[in-house]
Amino acid sequence: MVINTTALDRTQEIPKLEVSQINKSFERDRQRHTVLKNLSLAVHPGEFVSIIGPSGSGKSTLLQLIGGLLEPDSGEIRMDGSNVTGSKGLISYMPQQPALFPWYTLEQNVLMALDIAESNAKKRGSGMGGTPTTASREERRELARTWLARAGLGGYEDQYPQVLSGGMQQRASFVRAMLSPQELICLDEPFGALDALTRLQMQQWLLSIWEEHRRSVLLVTHSIEEAIFLSDRIYVLSAAPAQTIAEFQVPFERPRDEAIINCEPFIRMKRDIYQLLQTGSGQHAR
Amino acid sequence: MMKKRWFQVGWPPVAVLFSFLVIWQLAVTWGHIEEFLLPSPLRILEVFTQADVRARLWMHAASTIRITLLGLGSGIGLGIVLAVLLHVIPFLRSGIYPLLILTQNVPIVATGPLLIIWLGYGIAPKVVLIMLVCFFPVVVSTLTGLSQPDPQYLNYMQMIGATKRQLLWKLELPNALPYLFSGMKLAASYSVITAVAAEWLGSKEGLGTYIKLSANGFMTAQVFATIVVIVAVSLGLFGIFALLAKWAVRWNIKNGGR
Repeated sequence: MVINTTALDRTQEIPKLEVSQINKSFERDRQRHTVLKNLSLAVHPGEFVSIIGPSGSGKSTLLQLIGGLLEPDSGEIRMDGSNVTGSKGLISYMPQQPALFPWYTLEQNVLMALDIAESNAKKRGSGMGGTPTTASREERRELARTWLARAGLGGYEDQYPQVLSGGMQQRASFVRAMLSPQELICLDEPFGALDALTRLQMQQWLLSIWEEHRRSVLLVTHSIEEAIFLSDRIYVLSAAPAQTIAEFQVPFERPRDEAIINCEPFIRMKRDIYQLLQTGSGQHAR
Repeated sequence: MMKKRWFQVGWPPVAVLFSFLVIWQLAVTWGHIEEFLLPSPLRILEVFTQADVRARLWMHAASTIRITLLGLGSGIGLGIVLAVLLHVIPFLRSGIYPLLILTQNVPIVATGPLLIIWLGYGIAPKVVLIMLVCFFPVVVSTLTGLSQPDPQYLNYMQMIGATKRQLLWKLELPNALPYLFSGMKLAASYSVITAVAAEWLGSKEGLGTYIKLSANGFMTAQVFATIVVIVAVSLGLFGIFALLAKWAVRWNIKNGGR
């Protein structure tokens, strides 16, 4: 496997997101359950990173910690080098269900996310982490319309989301996440609820958009193939309590073609990850 | 297509009502029942052809409609404000909500006279009485809608860092809208009955007063005619709110159909 030289340089660079030595446990039925144990990971600027793990491995807990909804028992979350543990509004987010509000049209849904991001940035001011956008509401509307059209949703801007298919809703949901000014996008199993064919189309579509509009992405997924196909790096988590048991550098060139799914290194990596997930433990398999 | 469906739903109750009226009519005619005991449907219909009675009915109906709308409007307003307050301030909710349910156990035959003692014989006590009856379903249903948005929306809003205020305006209030309207429909149907009851307790005008006067004079046909008017007003008000709901929550479509 070719070692990517840029990856080595990255050790010096300040990561966009750094999750450092996080521990988190919950009380349930008068017992303490450790969900995350000494978990660390990083996403560098412009990097596409995936987290893969067995179901119930605390991936949504991890995302809620990053989103600031929960606080870790110990450990730190840093963005651009500064401690942001417990602060909200610093990420943009695409959930598994599209979560488009039924009382807003597609355009209003996208605009709502931008408005909230804008008001958060304003509140934070020129202080840490905020990316104050200078766009006026009119410009934001224009942006929303342009990108909805690029997502193949032109002409549907004024429709309510529930008249659209699942795939179309997910595309709108991705546009909403991608247009938000925060520099880190968290994708929580975004295609988990779609059928296999739509899923594949969506992955290719997302990749084509992302490759020309690079953002830092953290993707949580069940699908090994999806993780390899989309990411620069992959963290493999163990079953509860979750910790990172392996980290894979994905060597494939970009822009990527779906044909790589059938090439030998792809299949070998898929098998390696599969085995790791099966045994649930292991050394660093690089 | 729509017409046919409406017809399909509509004809069974119409058929039952019609047969009932026919049996009623025949029973009164053949059974020689005194009119002051039970007038026949045709006799009740005849009441509406008398110009003087019609004018009086109109006058009383207008008075009833006026206090109904005033009471219903203020009840809905009070209900919404109270629901939002209770929702935003959890202490108020846990403190006031259980007591609110207790207040509904006080019958209006008790509250009515008290309000008349406090507020006099004008329209004030009646409007307040209607308001007290109407705000309750609005508070309960709105509060339900405010506090039960789909968890996926809530999670999304929190993940992108929405403030409490943004949650309220963009998620909880729109989510409460269908609940609010079902509360308002309930309130609308209670409001007319309450108005009539309030007038019956003590008033110079209104359909409730007219029923009392007609009954005292054994003009049973007029009592029934007034009942018909009350039902019509109730249905009309309910229909207006149903249409309003349809317009306000037009996004709330189930399974595809537009």
